Amino acid sequence: MADTIRRSPTAPPNSFMWTRRVILTLLALFTAVPLYVMISSSLKPLHDVTGSFQWIPSEITFSAYVDIWDTVPLARYFLNSLIVAGAATACSVVIATFAAYAVSRYRFRGRRVFTVTILSTQMLPGILFLLPLFLIFVNIGNTTGIALYGSRGALILTYLTFTLPFSIWMLIGYFDSIPRDLDEAAMVDGCGALGALFRVVVPAAVPGIIAVTIYSFMTAWGEVLFASVMTNEQTRTLAIGLNGYATQTQVYWNQVMAASLVASLPIVAGFLLLQRYLVAGLTAGAVK
Amino acid sequence: MTTVTTRPTAPPPGPPVKSRRRRGPRLSARVRRAGLPYLLLLPAVLLELLIHIGPMAVGIWMSFRDLTQQYIRTWDTAPWVGLDNFSVAVDVDAPVGEALLQSFFVTCAFTVLAVGLAWLLGVTAAILMQENFGGRGALRGFFLTPYALPVYAAVITWSFMLQRDNGMVNHVVHEQLGLTETPPFWLIGDNSFVSLVVVAVWRTWPFAFLIIMAALQNIPRELYEAAQVDGAGIWQQIRKITLPSLRPVNQVLVLVLFLWTFNDFNVPYLLFGKAAPESADLISIHIYQSSFVTWDFGAGAAMSVLLLLFLMVVTAVYLLVTSRERKHDG
Repeated sequence: MADTIRRSPTAPPNSFMWTRRVILTLLALFTAVPLYVMISSSLKPLHDVTGSFQWIPSEITFSAYVDIWDTVPLARYFLNSLIVAGAATACSVVIATFAAYAVSRYRFRGRRVFTVTILSTQMLPGILFLLPLFLIFVNIGNTTGIALYGSRGALILTYLTFTLPFSIWMLIGYFDSIPRDLDEAAMVDGCGALGALFRVVVPAAVPGIIAVTIYSFMTAWGEVLFASVMTNEQTRTLAIGLNGYATQTQVYWNQVMAASLVASLPIVAGFLLLQRYLVAGLTAGAVK
Repeated sequence: MTTVTTRPTAPPPGPPVKSRRRRGPRLSARVRRAGLPYLLLLPAVLLELLIHIGPMAVGIWMSFRDLTQQYIRTWDTAPWVGLDNFSVAVDVDAPVGEALLQSFFVTCAFTVLAVGLAWLLGVTAAILMQENFGGRGALRGFFLTPYALPVYAAVITWSFMLQRDNGMVNHVVHEQLGLTETPPFWLIGDNSFVSLVVVAVWRTWPFAFLIIMAALQNIPRELYEAAQVDGAGIWQQIRKITLPSLRPVNQVLVLVLFLWTFNDFNVPYLLFGKAAPESADLISIHIYQSSFVTWDFGAGAAMSVLLLLFLMVVTAVYLLVTSRERKHDG
């Protein structure tokens, strides 16, 4: 069976095989070198990273992984990132599910205006929203005394500027790919529109919803621009905390690399585990 | 039947309509059905107004005011200056306008290089990996790792590699290969442009790869089988089948890569800090610096409005050209 599925009955020519080997090896090296530097440096003692660079650590030590929790409030940064990215993702996925269902299943006045707005705001740079939002938060704080600027809630709100339009757009594409017959059948069986959404459309869209969730969380976890302005010492996220740590006059690079790895591990692991959903979601949504 | 016009999609079969009519007054059911999509959209629309439309309107309002540091906390008292902020921003003979123009050119050069390279690497790798071979799945996951890494972890690692005295790049270039007399600086001066492009490509090419890989799965196998029967070799198949089939995806992909790269803030900010070297002063960081370092929000807002207009024009022209091309093909 496997043989009949395979595309070519004859093996590709040598020229192709060699091109493939050479190019993929070079790309693998390009990808690998920074990852190797990151991992190996995090296992080095301090004196290995202060002088000239060494490919091989003089000794392997985990001290950097122990020290980072004391030299910077890494646990607090971690918790802040988790709260902010988690809340922004949860909000945008829930709100986007309702909005995408409406756009995908109904024809109504204003539908086109809504989708065009979503698509265009998704493409605009964050800096366009950062300036006014910063001043709005500062001035609301000044007139009402509500300290929005520097709070986690305000940061979550600013993160919705990029997670929400993306989630809506992807889910519209995904819902469109689910046959209407399914929810119409459910409505004939006595479900209301919301019943059809929760009992039929959402379960069928699980891969798309997972894709949107990973993507939103990843983007929020790595966000730098809003966090660099909107956070203070108490609400600082990993992005800004680590960057501050890496730009001091005396940088402990082994610890910075260890902290970067710790910050990356949950995201990379989650991404690689769930990447097939992301591919499925992207094919149905973004790349129609 | 007037209800058909308010009904969402294809009319449902007869019986349910009858039963619904029996249950309650017809009008309220109709209103409810017509109102439902708006109800579902309500949270999204409110948020859109709160975080996108509102701030953009405020941004435009700001661009007409002299919003310097002393007015930040009491912005309603900032004096109205008309188009002054704009005329300063576009006056290329004065320092502010000159710097903005320089930043614009740097951003354009950076975008063309970074998008071109990221796209090229992504397409090449995806096509070479279209057919199954041992270790293909693992290699694919490995290639995607730079894209999955949080941007700051990746860029901080690169900035360590690009350090002058203890970085890996100078260790190779200067100490191991002996290509330079003295170890060069990579994060200040003209070299910073090269650093910026390399780091950006390292991070974005896996995205192009991911999208093209997904698109390749949708090309029907029969096309390749028919070509083989006709005696086409693998290179011809790539040229005649694969590349033309990728065209619609490429059009979207290049636009997305363009917008991301042109607006990139993260890579320059993490590599160079709040004030980027002149040769790597991308437009986003330039506006950021004008606003949050020199505290002139009126000028920053005016530059933002100009950036917005530029992006709208480029996107509209691009969509117009590509859709026309598509019509020609069809």
